Amino acid sequence: MGRKIAITGMGIISSIGRNVEENYASLVASTPGISDIEFLETRHRGELKVGEIKISNEDLISELGLPEDNNYARTTLLGIKAAQEAVQHAGIKDLNACRTGLISSTSVGGMDVTEKYFYDYEHQPGKQKYIAAHDAGHSSLVIAEVLGLKGLVSTISTACSSAANAIMMGAKLIQSGVLDRVIVGGTDGLSKFTLNGFKTLMIVTDSYNTPFDNDRKGLNLGEAAAFLVLESEEVVKKENKKILAYLSGYGNANDAHHQTASSDDGTGAYLAMEKALKVSGLHTQEIDYINAHGTATPNNDLSEGRAMIRIFGEENVPEFSSTKAFTGHTLAAAAAIEAVYSILAINNGVIFPNLNFKTPMQEFDLIPVTTVKYKEINHVLSNSFGFGGNCSTLIFSKS
Amino acid sequence: MKPVYVNSAVCISAQDTLNEGFFQEMKPPTSTVLLNAIAPNYKDFIPPAQIRRMSKTVKMSAVAAHKAMQEAGIEMPDAIIVGTGMGCEEDSERFLSNVIRNEEEFLTPTHFIQSTHNTVAGQIALANSCHAYNFTYVNPGSSLEMSLLDAKLQLEHKEAKTVLVGATDEKATRTMELYRLNATIKKEEDLPVDFLNSASEGVVWGEGSAFFVLSSENSESTCAQLQDITFINTLEETEVSDFISEFLSGNNLHASDVDAVILGFSGDLRSDGYYRAAQPLFENALQLYFKHLSGEFNTASGFAFFMATQILKRQEVPEVMKINTDLKKDSIRNILIYNQLHGEDHSLVLLREA
Repeated sequence: MGRKIAITGMGIISSIGRNVEENYASLVASTPGISDIEFLETRHRGELKVGEIKISNEDLISELGLPEDNNYARTTLLGIKAAQEAVQHAGIKDLNACRTGLISSTSVGGMDVTEKYFYDYEHQPGKQKYIAAHDAGHSSLVIAEVLGLKGLVSTISTACSSAANAIMMGAKLIQSGVLDRVIVGGTDGLSKFTLNGFKTLMIVTDSYNTPFDNDRKGLNLGEAAAFLVLESEEVVKKENKKILAYLSGYGNANDAHHQTASSDDGTGAYLAMEKALKVSGLHTQEIDYINAHGTATPNNDLSEGRAMIRIFGEENVPEFSSTKAFTGHTLAAAAAIEAVYSILAINNGVIFPNLNFKTPMQEFDLIPVTTVKYKEINHVLSNSFGFGGNCSTLIFSKS
Repeated sequence: MKPVYVNSAVCISAQDTLNEGFFQEMKPPTSTVLLNAIAPNYKDFIPPAQIRRMSKTVKMSAVAAHKAMQEAGIEMPDAIIVGTGMGCEEDSERFLSNVIRNEEEFLTPTHFIQSTHNTVAGQIALANSCHAYNFTYVNPGSSLEMSLLDAKLQLEHKEAKTVLVGATDEKATRTMELYRLNATIKKEEDLPVDFLNSASEGVVWGEGSAFFVLSSENSESTCAQLQDITFINTLEETEVSDFISEFLSGNNLHASDVDAVILGFSGDLRSDGYYRAAQPLFENALQLYFKHLSGEFNTASGFAFFMATQILKRQEVPEVMKINTDLKKDSIRNILIYNQLHGEDHSLVLLREA
């Protein structure tokens, strides 16, 4: 269908690695990043496990060489790290040499600092600078500023599908000729607000998450940031860029069932996958691997499983896995880190394992890939579903 | 380029904008730094049991979206796109307050569930069983403009025939206290505000919900055409003139072709300079301002967009919005809106008469 967009760079930081290489090494070594809480100050330490990045905000600031007097929340710091790696990886010397934009996404925003000082600001004048850092969009403006970007900057916040939506919107802006190049992705740091929020919904496990397992008890929360650089055909040709992969399909649909729960038959998921396949022009048999949303909540995995069966047919669901047993559920960043993993899968010809799997779900016959598996991968379908019924699917293809 | 029609425009704001007769009746509030949106009679639109549980932004949006679809004569849009700066801040504050005060114990999920930024768009989809494309943009000052751009591209590429686009923000108590603390909001002693020549920092903060149905087909209800949009994260005052001229020339216009320009003067000494830098380009245009009526907030440009559609439809301008009161125009063929927030997220929106 001729709508594919070239991906020329990527950057990532997650609980399984501080950059692309480290993440890949952990994935093929089956080394997860779920652990006890060390940095987040919460009463749930020792009780809940998370995908925490073992570095403090202060150390991130000094590692990134940022001015000490800043008002950057954790989400922003992680975003800067990943965005810088992506821009460097894409070999961009002058970001503003052509029409460049940034579409980031987040659900946490500046909440990790807000929750520290919310009722104390009057007594801590030195911390009042963080008031302006609370809004979701603030992180994007800062990331753009640190990158030295002057252009179209926007932020998407649709819960757990956010980064997928940022990626697809970026692609559309290039296809319509509004931009020549765009940095797209998402970032979310850990916060008490989200940890407690998910806990009260009773969809958090007190152990290690087990996607698509019959006895799954819920998710582990995680934190991460990842960005891709998308560039137009003209820029790729002119600068002789190496293309990592193509974004060849995308779709967004709404489940319209319930604010937080997915419908039993996975309507939203089904429609999103259907749209993405249509945009890509691919047949279902051409999908070699599905990187599932697979949060290990009772509701999601059932709903997503049903939707996959509806699209592909029970006997023909491609090999699939959820990488959330590695990283935890990184909320708005999830689709972005999983985009990086999808591209790594294609370029290294490998399917990453769905860790912690023991017992197939009784509702259907779907068994994820449970060990590192090497095979030729040409097309990967990646799902991300969020609150508010927001369902998004991306398809990546070999270049 | 395919035309993009604005087939309906509905606004809930600090002015009585839901009321037919509001146009020449608007009055700027002068004695308060916090403006409340005039609430519609929610019971006419939402079951009472639900009203109690809904936050202001969700309620306002439910009504505005419903009326916008009704006015445009559509049952189901092909896409729902919402812009918001603060999202569901009331629910967010309530959950956070409980987390802090109860030290992370005895918590219930309701306010957490309702605090995600895309709750408004999600609730509209739910109310209409709408499975279509559903996005929420949240950049501080340009979320409506990004929503409009997204909608325009979908209409132009035939991915949709009708798109419901909205912008909404509510004031939340603690956030307002914090904004007063960090001088985002003016001090009472700086009232009344001379919006066009302010000598004090800070703004008067408002709230509201504005929803529009954009379509690739015009109809009886069409009030304007959306010609083009652009926005940029950051700009120097010296770059404003070029920013505007380049945008206009990309639409085959000179500044002298613009009949009316709406400027986002907010009464904040620190950032109003941008608008003063734009004024010289528009000596022969009707220069208008609006934040003395709507207040400043992340999606205040929704009020401006709404007013632009009404001005183009009626070919009349509310006296209270005029900056250069002596200038008269025989007809208003187009309107340019220039807005920014705290000196960032500069946007230009160009509308034409239907």
